[in-house]
Amino acid sequence: MNREPYLLPVTIVAVIGFAALAGWFLKVPSDKTQVGYRGIGMEVNTNRKTSAALAALNAVPEPQPPLEAAEMEGPRASEVYKNVKVLGHLSEAQFNRVMAAITEWVSPEQGCAYCHGEDGNFESDAPYAKVISRRMFEMTQYINGDWQKHVGQTGVTCYTCHRGKNVPENIWFDNPERNAGRMVGNANGQNKAGVKLAAFSSLPVDPLSKFAGGKEHPIRVQDQVAITKDFDKTIQDAEWTYSLMMHMSESLGVNCTACHNTSTFGNWQQSTPQRVSAWHGIRMVGDLNAKFLDPLKDAYPAARLGPTGDAPKANCATCHQGVQKPLYGANMLKDYLASLTPPAK
Amino acid sequence: MADYQNIFTRVQVRGPGEPGIALPSHDMPRIGGVGFSNLLGRIGNAQIGPIHLGGIGLVSLILGVLGFNIIGLNMLASVHYDPIQFVRQLFWLSLDPPDPKYGLSWPPLGEGGWYMIAGQLITISILLWWVKMYRRAIQLGMGTHVPWAFASAIWLFLVLGFFRPLLMGSWSEAVPFGIFPHLDWTAAFSIRYGNLFYNPFHALSIAFLYGSAVLFAMHGATILAVSRFGGDREIEQITDRGTASERAALFWRWTMGFNATMESIHRWAWWFAVLCTLTGGIGILLTGTVVDNWYLWAVKHDFAPSYPAMFPADAIADPSAAAGGVK
Repeated sequence: MNREPYLLPVTIVAVIGFAALAGWFLKVPSDKTQVGYRGIGMEVNTNRKTSAALAALNAVPEPQPPLEAAEMEGPRASEVYKNVKVLGHLSEAQFNRVMAAITEWVSPEQGCAYCHGEDGNFESDAPYAKVISRRMFEMTQYINGDWQKHVGQTGVTCYTCHRGKNVPENIWFDNPERNAGRMVGNANGQNKAGVKLAAFSSLPVDPLSKFAGGKEHPIRVQDQVAITKDFDKTIQDAEWTYSLMMHMSESLGVNCTACHNTSTFGNWQQSTPQRVSAWHGIRMVGDLNAKFLDPLKDAYPAARLGPTGDAPKANCATCHQGVQKPLYGANMLKDYLASLTPPAK
Repeated sequence: MADYQNIFTRVQVRGPGEPGIALPSHDMPRIGGVGFSNLLGRIGNAQIGPIHLGGIGLVSLILGVLGFNIIGLNMLASVHYDPIQFVRQLFWLSLDPPDPKYGLSWPPLGEGGWYMIAGQLITISILLWWVKMYRRAIQLGMGTHVPWAFASAIWLFLVLGFFRPLLMGSWSEAVPFGIFPHLDWTAAFSIRYGNLFYNPFHALSIAFLYGSAVLFAMHGATILAVSRFGGDREIEQITDRGTASERAALFWRWTMGFNATMESIHRWAWWFAVLCTLTGGIGILLTGTVVDNWYLWAVKHDFAPSYPAMFPADAIADPSAAAGGVK
């Protein structure tokens, strides 16, 4: 009755063999660091295959040569140059040193001309890039002064976001809901393929406009008691929060367990200190977008604006760029304390 | 070459088709002729048709197709009627339930109205199909085990899309019609209610689901293994136990100390399958209506452990407490 007695065992061995081979070649060589109580899988994974490329992307440039003590004395930049509004408290040497640094960090190809124009009129506010970068200096000082709960003593510099590019790699715009208000085919702000912000899921495509647009919006969706009459969080709320969390996960190159015990996401006692830092980080980008970035929309040329005419804004990936600590925690700020921290009042 | 043949033989006998027993005069006739498929004959009965659709089946089919098309056309409209994008994004596309702000009221068509219409059409379609199934079973003089097993699946479907949203006071609680979107819903639902894995009815449902697979494998393997002794005649062996039945029983007594009988194994399988969706439905129905955080519920009832903090309390203190309230 069985004409091919070896067919079944051969098939089984072939399938298992193929799976084993595929598993061998597709295996992600990862390092795991335990960050929570034993046996609950709270660990941070790093992919050894991609870590070399990430390390190259996050290499820190050499600082500008340090100044002699005498070079910090003398007349202030505001006295030497015209129309210096934010960095006027620096000495001339300090001022020129940070100008050399920002040129290397933001416009290594165009040089000074990117902000100051080709005509050598350095005091002019005509090039839009100068107006933007002046505000960006203020923003950097503000972050390093007022947001140490997120950036700590490591702080940020222009390079944290710009990495040698005129416009940082990771920015976001309001995503117009093209289908809202239509009688058929309302995608409900979600259900789209290929959206990186939503980690390529069908979750809401634009969590940032809700949670990082400057208006504080509740993120927490889990009741922290077993039974309650409080029904004000919906499954849709959970989907928005989920989408935001996936953005953070993608931006930092970490999994959920970097911050949470995933059996009880909302519980602070079983979370890691990184969750506290992330809590401040979400509020920091919302604050920066509302205070600094979005109001600049009138200063930009149209080509730099988003589809709804909004200014480019920051999210977690703008600084983090795929690693848990931007630039692997390298402290670039220590070489530019005078220019990139708030001036003494 | 002579083959040993039991009733599981793959040899296909071709004769005149079997048209089925005569139907009562008020019944709609069976439709379609009798055909044979060699390929299907290798995995089942080679005879295809005739099909009895009947009045109820016909209405069920029409409503079901209508609902299915409403979903599909909304998905197509959401990619601006681009057929290529429709195929590329199909797994992401969805017809979503109404926005929470509409509660149990009727939403505009574009904001969940189509979802309500499609949902109702499909629900009525499924219920009618159950009636049809029940009537066919009665007419063949069978027990009604199959329709009741189907009813268990319908129970879970109704809990997800009807009973629970009704109790929660919002149609927005229902499940989206889409491949990935309904999976997202499942994940978001679990997170919202403090991890569904700690819902004991969810646990029971999983036990019955996996149990069904194990039972299916055990039973299928046992009967195939003793078919050479006549074990394929399962039903006869219930009343007239032969050597196949004895060997199958002995095999399981030797390997696990207990054996089901030729009759009871089918009740085991039926109950495992039925209880899978029955307990699952209870678990869903209690979520958000009775219990709001299953993990904390489980800790409270010593069903789950609470783990110690690994960091100093001030390093992991809720920062919103300092900022003055939950955010």
